[in-house]
Amino acid sequence: MTGVALKGLLARRVRAILTALAIVLGVAMVSGSFVLTDTISKAFDSIFTSSYSHTDAVVSGRKLVDYSTGGNTTVSQTVLERIKRTRDVAAASGALIDLNGDSTHANLIGRDGKAIQSNGNPTFGFGIDTSQPRFNPLKLKEGHWATGAHQVVIDAETAKKHHFAVGDTIGVAASGPKESFRIVGTATYGDVKSLGGATLAVFTIPTAQRLLDLHGYSVISVAAKPGVSADRLVSELKQEVPASAQVRTAKEQANEDKQGVASFISFIRGFLLGFGGIALFVGAFVIFNTLSITVAHRTRELATLRTLGASRRQVLRSVVLESFAIGLAASVIGLVAGFGLARGLSSLFGALGLTLPETSSVYATHTFVISLVLGVLVTVLAGFVPALRATRVPPIAAVREGAVIQRKKRLGPAAGVVLFGIASALIAYATLGGHLGSGKSLLALAGGALLGLLGVAGFAPVLVTALASVVGIPAKRLGGAAGGLATDNATRNPARTASTAAALMIGLALVTFVAVLGKGVHGSVDRAVNKQVTADWVVTSQNGWSAFPAGAGRAVAKAPGVALASDIRSDRGRIGSANVNVNGIDPATIARVYHFDWRQGSNATLVRLDGHGALVKQSFAKKHHLVIGDDFTLRSPAGKPVRLAVAGIFQPPRVMELLGGVVISREAFDRTFPRPSNSLTLIEGSPTQAGLDKALAAFPDAKAQTKADYVKAQSSFINTMLNLLYVLLALSVIVSLFGMVNTLVLSVFERTRELGMLRAVGMTRRQARRMVRHESVITALIGAALGLPLGIMLAAAVTHALGKYGVTFSLPVASLVIFTVAAMVAGVLAAIAPARRASRLNVLEALQYE
Amino acid sequence: MNAAAAALSDERVLLDHSPPAVGAHAIARRYGEGDTAVDALRGVSLEVPRGQLTAVMGPSGSGKSTLMHILAGLDQPTSGSVEIAGIEITKLKDNELTKLRREHIGFVFQFFNLLPMLTAEENLVLPLTIAGRKPEPAWLEQLLESVGLDDRRKHRPSELSGGQQQRVAIARALVSRPTVLFADEPTGNLDSATSAEILELVRRSVDELGQTTVMVTHDAVAATIADRVLFLADGQIAKSLARPSQAEVIDAIQEVAGQ
Ligand SMILES: Nc1ncnc2c1ncn2[C@@H]1O[C@H](COP(=O)(O)OP(=O)(O)OP(=O)(O)O)[C@@H](O)[C@H]1O
Ligand SMILES: [Mg+2]
Repeated sequence: MTGVALKGLLARRVRAILTALAIVLGVAMVSGSFVLTDTISKAFDSIFTSSYSHTDAVVSGRKLVDYSTGGNTTVSQTVLERIKRTRDVAAASGALIDLNGDSTHANLIGRDGKAIQSNGNPTFGFGIDTSQPRFNPLKLKEGHWATGAHQVVIDAETAKKHHFAVGDTIGVAASGPKESFRIVGTATYGDVKSLGGATLAVFTIPTAQRLLDLHGYSVISVAAKPGVSADRLVSELKQEVPASAQVRTAKEQANEDKQGVASFISFIRGFLLGFGGIALFVGAFVIFNTLSITVAHRTRELATLRTLGASRRQVLRSVVLESFAIGLAASVIGLVAGFGLARGLSSLFGALGLTLPETSSVYATHTFVISLVLGVLVTVLAGFVPALRATRVPPIAAVREGAVIQRKKRLGPAAGVVLFGIASALIAYATLGGHLGSGKSLLALAGGALLGLLGVAGFAPVLVTALASVVGIPAKRLGGAAGGLATDNATRNPARTASTAAALMIGLALVTFVAVLGKGVHGSVDRAVNKQVTADWVVTSQNGWSAFPAGAGRAVAKAPGVALASDIRSDRGRIGSANVNVNGIDPATIARVYHFDWRQGSNATLVRLDGHGALVKQSFAKKHHLVIGDDFTLRSPAGKPVRLAVAGIFQPPRVMELLGGVVISREAFDRTFPRPSNSLTLIEGSPTQAGLDKALAAFPDAKAQTKADYVKAQSSFINTMLNLLYVLLALSVIVSLFGMVNTLVLSVFERTRELGMLRAVGMTRRQARRMVRHESVITALIGAALGLPLGIMLAAAVTHALGKYGVTFSLPVASLVIFTVAAMVAGVLAAIAPARRASRLNVLEALQYE
Repeated sequence: MNAAAAALSDERVLLDHSPPAVGAHAIARRYGEGDTAVDALRGVSLEVPRGQLTAVMGPSGSGKSTLMHILAGLDQPTSGSVEIAGIEITKLKDNELTKLRREHIGFVFQFFNLLPMLTAEENLVLPLTIAGRKPEPAWLEQLLESVGLDDRRKHRPSELSGGQQQRVAIARALVSRPTVLFADEPTGNLDSATSAEILELVRRSVDELGQTTVMVTHDAVAATIADRVLFLADGQIAKSLARPSQAEVIDAIQEVAGQ
């Protein structure tokens, strides 16, 4: 019986391959996601591990604040001396290496005078004591290490990509204006093949300290004397270091370093797997549909098997075995295709400016297991209902034409309505509760969307006839008789048309959702930025959101035409145990370039920002029970405290807040925070672009834009994000395209005789082709007619929930038109092969076809 | 009870005392409900003796196929009972019916119903394959030889003529040595020369293998090879002839049609 099932599958191999394609892409996405993230993860692993390969203990500044731009506290030279004198220490070496924070960054300048790295990837600037090679995580590739104040070693990858060689001069900009250095060598980070988009500049310790404006070291690596355990060394060192420093074993430190990266990687993995899941979900529809049609075609064969003594269980097993075989073959192909797709995903991220470090590709066991199990499971589950249907084929169908499978009453529509009801309730729960973003409500939202799609797919057969008669109008008008027949064909088997269309519906609904939501968010970002900024020009870092040297603000203030330039400093601080954004502003000028939404106080309040006074964001004040006049202590990332009193309360928009948390005067900020840097410099006046560019020439990391351009740039990341989502969702649309090809091929095959008859009574080949094509377009349009409203409804619910962030509902009409046209094009594409087949039928053979 | 049925019960006494291969008692079959209801069978009782070829004839729509489907357990009668090899089959569950089909029933179809992806030989042994049994090589050879397909065993149905396909189908029905073989118009789709070959094969399987067979046919010639011919009209057995001549069959057909 197994043999019989497999031979049957072999005989229908074209159909089997078409079916399998539906699952290949989904599996490829899953396997690709794993390969990519495992590879990235291994690259980071080896970065972190090679950082401490000959180290037993690591001393570093205690981390008080997350995501600080100024960096953690450093460890002083005196502490290093003391560590070196500790009993069981064989060697110790200080370095300026901060892999996770922002404190050791130095921008390399390309030959065009612009920063090599401008889209937010790390630009590491390290100071390394190369006299102690055992602590050096870098490997020299060419030349020698920096020994003088004007020497630098850069990473080999950047050198190659940007055509720098040993002996060349290169510009470097860190916390001050750019300076020139001579490249004396190139290096790699451990065995890491590519640092992704990151660049690396290595200086002598004193040069790095000066460039980075850091005192002491960010990290001290310690090696124990032979026979001394790392733990013992750590406890000894703990006696020696001040409270501002912490001691960890090298292993602990590596794990600690990895943590942030690990959660970032698992986010990316989950994100990509989500799209794999959607593609698999769509694939399941396609498989379900194809196998249903196949089972219907095989009624007589299955019934004959029953009369020959096959039990229901055997029939079930043979159909399940078939889907298992299809699933397995598809999963194996998908798994391997995923290895290639991983490269594609990596370049996709690269195109969006997110280049991640890589080593040679990692093919982990879990990639194989999960991809294969998932692919097979989805296929078998999707094939289970058709398999059950096959068991209901009565043996008498072997002899009696038209003996249809006895159906229990059709459950689809009723179940669909129920599912849709549950889905609506879940979505309402998620979006009306006012706490979208909590795990529970996001889960409810995702579940609701999923059930909603299933629900619509369930009752779609009821809608097909009505929808087809509407979307079929153009076909009738344009296609004449062939167009009319196409509409009839599409409604002949509503269940089949419905589930074919449903596969496309899923992709279209999600694309629509993303487009509508994207437009809403875009609008809210635009409004938020527009409202806050009243300046004429804005200086930001190249990527628009990183910090840039405070010196750039001073430089730009002297540019011709600049009436005033108001710097906004930015870092993170700590109040009690809470982290908070802190901004330093110039109280005298800020009101001319920034609009405060005052809750308590007015622009006159600003004069009270004298070093003690602070403005507090309303939501922060509420949460920490602060009222006007209250005293509180703010700590810098270095642990330095400052006493503040609430002078005024304001509320920035909930998205794109340019000032937030706690706002103090720039003087107070600069006194309190190490390495103060700007997030923005707001300019009033009418300077020229050329004038500002000239003023900023020494600060290649900063750029000046008009307010309008700045606003546009701020929301452009949304477009980037939308494009990424479109590309990833396109995958599931392609899967549904396979489904359409499948259904059409099978329908044409099924109607061979009828097509022969039509041709015999005078239908031309062209008309036959047109008939199939119109049917395909009608199916695609039904998919659009179901998917677009569904996506819009979902987006409406979510925009409602995001209302407090200023997100409003508005239809991206142009995008919706494009999606509909794309669906029609998809219909035409899907029809190419089936239509050709229909038109090439030999009339005589077709008529005899049984 | 009508005259024909009375004649039948007489015959039963005369012929055999061991349990018959198939026995039917007062089976009726109604299709549909209400005004549009059709009574395809109205009270048919019969016995199929072992080792004999029983032919069923009658005008189109007289209920021949319906009768055969019910006898073979493919369809359920509205009332009445059917026994095969002493087993009452109308109340059997699906898996019991499956078992019954494997052990007791062979089928030959008008349209052959071979599986296109299997070779002649694979089709032939399919009932055994399904039952998870291995064919005895000698039996397989004997069957292939007696149906004359020794040299075609590796061919697929599409590479065989209609007559050859039907011979594979007959061999397939014989392979599990069923208690009874049912054939609904096995020659209905073949030309007369090929039909003659098939009928000869059916007769031979009865004579040489003692295969109990029930065959529905429209063909008067086909009926003459039967040990007994039942004539159905309007859902009832109208006449029964033992080893009739062709002339007798033709007379009976006209007589039954005239009723
Ligand atoms: N599934 C069905 N539903 C309704 N009526 C049916 C069904 N099957 C058969 N009938 C009716 O039952 C009667 C007997 O049909 P049956 O197929 O048994 O006739 P037959 O003697 O085999 O005819 P033929 O020689 O044409 O094959 C006919 O009137 C037929 O229309
Ligand atoms: Mg019939």
